[in-house]
Amino acid sequence: MSATLEVTGVSVHFGGVTAVDDAHISADAGSVTGLIGPNGAGKTTLFNVITGVQPATTGTVTLEGTDISRLPTFRRARLGMARTFQRLELFWTLSVLDNVLVAAEQAGDPTPAETAQRLLERVGVGQLAGEQAGSLPTGSARLVEVARALACEPKVLLLDEPASGLDETETRQLGVLLRSLAGEGLAVLLVEHDMSLVMEICDTVSVLDLGRVIASGTPAEVRAHPMVIEAYLGAA
Amino acid sequence: MQQLIAYTIIGLTTGAIYAVAASGLVVTYTTSGIFNFAHGATGMLAAFTYWQFRYAWGWPAPLALLLVLGVIAPLFGALVERVVLRNLRDTAEVVKVTVTVGLTVAMIGLATWLWPPANRERFKGFFDGNSVEIFGVNVSWHKLIAFGCAIAVAVGLRLVLYKTRLGIAMRAAVDDRNLAELNGARPGFASMVAWAGSASLAGLAGILLAAEVGLNIVPLTLLVVSAYSAAIVGRLRSLPWTFVGALILGLLEAYTLWANGSSWFPREIGGFSTSGLRGALPTIFLFVVLIALPQARLRAGAVRIRERAVVPSWSMSLLGTGLLIAFVASLVGLLTRANTLQLSNGLVLAIAALSLVPLTGYAGQLSLAPLTFAGLGAVIMAKLPWNGSVLALLVTVAIVAAIGALVALPALRLQGIYLALATGAFAIMVTVLIFNQSNVFTNGAVDVPPLQIPGLDLADPAQKAIFLSVAFSALALVVVTVRRSRLGRRMVAMKDSPLAGATVGMNLTGTKLAAFALSAGIAAFAGALNTGKVTADLYSFDQSLPLVLLVVVGGVSAISGALFGGVLLGANALLATIVPTLSNVTKVLPGLAGISLGRNPDGAVPQIEENFAPVGRHLPSIVIAIAGAVVLRLLTGLGVIGNWSFAVGLAVWVLAVVPNLPALLAGSAELGRRFAVGMGLLGVMGVAAGLDWATLLNASGWRLLMIVVIVAVAGPAARSALDTTVRTPAVSPDLIGIDRPFTPAEILEAERAVGAVR
Repeated sequence: MSATLEVTGVSVHFGGVTAVDDAHISADAGSVTGLIGPNGAGKTTLFNVITGVQPATTGTVTLEGTDISRLPTFRRARLGMARTFQRLELFWTLSVLDNVLVAAEQAGDPTPAETAQRLLERVGVGQLAGEQAGSLPTGSARLVEVARALACEPKVLLLDEPASGLDETETRQLGVLLRSLAGEGLAVLLVEHDMSLVMEICDTVSVLDLGRVIASGTPAEVRAHPMVIEAYLGAA
Repeated sequence: MQQLIAYTIIGLTTGAIYAVAASGLVVTYTTSGIFNFAHGATGMLAAFTYWQFRYAWGWPAPLALLLVLGVIAPLFGALVERVVLRNLRDTAEVVKVTVTVGLTVAMIGLATWLWPPANRERFKGFFDGNSVEIFGVNVSWHKLIAFGCAIAVAVGLRLVLYKTRLGIAMRAAVDDRNLAELNGARPGFASMVAWAGSASLAGLAGILLAAEVGLNIVPLTLLVVSAYSAAIVGRLRSLPWTFVGALILGLLEAYTLWANGSSWFPREIGGFSTSGLRGALPTIFLFVVLIALPQARLRAGAVRIRERAVVPSWSMSLLGTGLLIAFVASLVGLLTRANTLQLSNGLVLAIAALSLVPLTGYAGQLSLAPLTFAGLGAVIMAKLPWNGSVLALLVTVAIVAAIGALVALPALRLQGIYLALATGAFAIMVTVLIFNQSNVFTNGAVDVPPLQIPGLDLADPAQKAIFLSVAFSALALVVVTVRRSRLGRRMVAMKDSPLAGATVGMNLTGTKLAAFALSAGIAAFAGALNTGKVTADLYSFDQSLPLVLLVVVGGVSAISGALFGGVLLGANALLATIVPTLSNVTKVLPGLAGISLGRNPDGAVPQIEENFAPVGRHLPSIVIAIAGAVVLRLLTGLGVIGNWSFAVGLAVWVLAVVPNLPALLAGSAELGRRFAVGMGLLGVMGVAAGLDWATLLNASGWRLLMIVVIVAVAGPAARSALDTTVRTPAVSPDLIGIDRPFTPAEILEAERAVGAVR
């Protein structure tokens, strides 16, 4: 039985620069997989490859055993891939509700408006439904992105630094939300700099440095891994 | 063989001129990120200025050249960069393009004003009459000079960009403007120099070309299209490829000219004359090159635009369209036949403008061809066998919508500026290859029959005007329906962030296609309903430009913005009646309006609407507003006041008095002050409706101007008198600690933010 999302041997070269180097990552249904690494390690590039925004130089991406490496972004989304963005990408001139509604309609939800409102309440911004997205503070905008991603009815949820811009309470609530989403059978792939959040909620963690996966395992294993310590703190 | 060489030389000369123009385009695009639509118009103005010095005033050529290319053109370019374009950083692509389109329109207007066609002598090449023989072909010195210029420009640009400090600063500004700034480069200065140099290059190309094609405004302005085609071969960045593109285009044109003159070349293909082929060649080339461009990559970093986007509500839409119909219906009885026709004309333009709302306003795709689709609608409606019937109208709309989708299909892979250019190329192609055909527009005009609807006589100007207002309203409600539907949300989502749209599963191609088909269909209504003898030049490319401009100025994402744009363009013609000599000002006005967009990218109408918002929430105000309008109409019907007094009175009532009614009736200002302001407004109304404007002012244009003046003075004056809100200047959070000390709470917050305490 293969994982819901399998990234096999993906490399991305920008001219002479190698952004991702032979990366292997997988995300299982029902679990939260953390992807950490210093800035510039290639985390966002890897997300772009997985969602089809950036073509990989080599390697394959499979979703539930099907090779989706050649599909355009929107087809991957329809197969059950949803994501949020490190640098926010909301539909700024639409209302908050419409942001989620668009995604719910694309997913073929029979009652999209109700679903959108329910999802906004679930991530904790239900009261903002009528606001224009462009007027939101960063923290709320991140949560709206999560709600929009959930409206796609995804099998795999990719979150790119969802906690940046959230305060401590909001971050804790986000952690609870992600755990409960995994409990519903979602495969969650989380890029995050907030280490306490990652260590608390992830089942497995992969560490990316200079485009390579240098360590993988449970949070405790990764924390103790010598290469991880080196990547984060520099050579001793 | 002789001929081959001769035409090759012609081609290389033209190509060299295109190369000079195109390199200027590349230089400005790479340094400022703004595609200068006005590049050709700059060259055109430079050529005219040179002609003025050299031929009208008889100055020696070197002095004239030095003045034009060394002083006037660079100053002009630098001025444009500093005054107009520097405000455009961080605005939407649509606004950037529209502003340079505005420049183009203003410059064309200026040239027609300063140099009427009558008094232009022949424009001669350099060293006219001198030639050398190359391979048995006589080549004029002028052609050699053109070629030499291209080589000099190529070498010079290479040296400047790679060997000088300034050039390196220019290239750095392209890569990362902020980083370049931090490192001490002055991207603002580099960009200004680039625009100055680019204007000189445009001028050189314009002067060289004027000797080849003659001193005419439109062909010289369209030099920009050829330059685009060449520059796009270099993807607006690579100068060597730009030169290759320019030479290929020049040669293609020359060989087409040759073929056109040869006996074996068909004069007609399927009843269509091939004589326009050469004229259309640059646009065909542009279209092909654009289509050959690789698929645009989805990019992150959607601009967080400040634009306010309000979903149109049904109640406001129905109220607005109802008011429009009522207004037109009550007006036509009072207007002269000529003015009624003007009104109809404005409404037709408004329908064409409406076609831009879903496409540009919602979906964010700029089209420069709204009137081209309207023209196609007119032609098809006129040529269909059952023309004039409702069925023919529907068939026309369906065909044009299909053409719109078909045109969009290859262009769909393009984004932003490339797409706008593709629609522009399409517009010119249709104008040259179809509208200019004598069997399409016979003797330059086509007879569009009035729509046959039982009980209506649409050949009657008054009925036609009312019908057009109904048609506009109906189409506007269709657009409102779309905006409130799934498709509408998808369009706006695509405009805001194509990347996020794709990641939630949107097929962007389908959405764009729908937007194009819808837009073309609406535009077809404009053409098919503009009945009577219509001329081809009504639908030419240079007519679409001011329309696009004024709609974006009015606010392209609002239906009222479209109405504003269309009617304003119609009124602009009326304004020309003020004083015949002043009519020239009206040629420049739309362009100036477009240029001003840089300061107010939302458009004008949304701001006006904001003033009316309180009225909609206050029932007594609505009742009084309507009652006032009815009283004015009754007074006119009874002959108490004249037609023009009605027009002025109504305009002042609606635009200056009504927005102030809620504050006047239930505002927070003290009673005495409200009473005084009310009396003041009543007095203004008395003047507006009481004076006999028809005898006081002899031109419609002056009367329009009076309306604008009274409204612009009385409305805001009353508003500020009634305004009781106390304004405290907003404190920027960045200034805390600089203009006042931190409070303990702020110190704690700051320490938390940097992680000093938890």
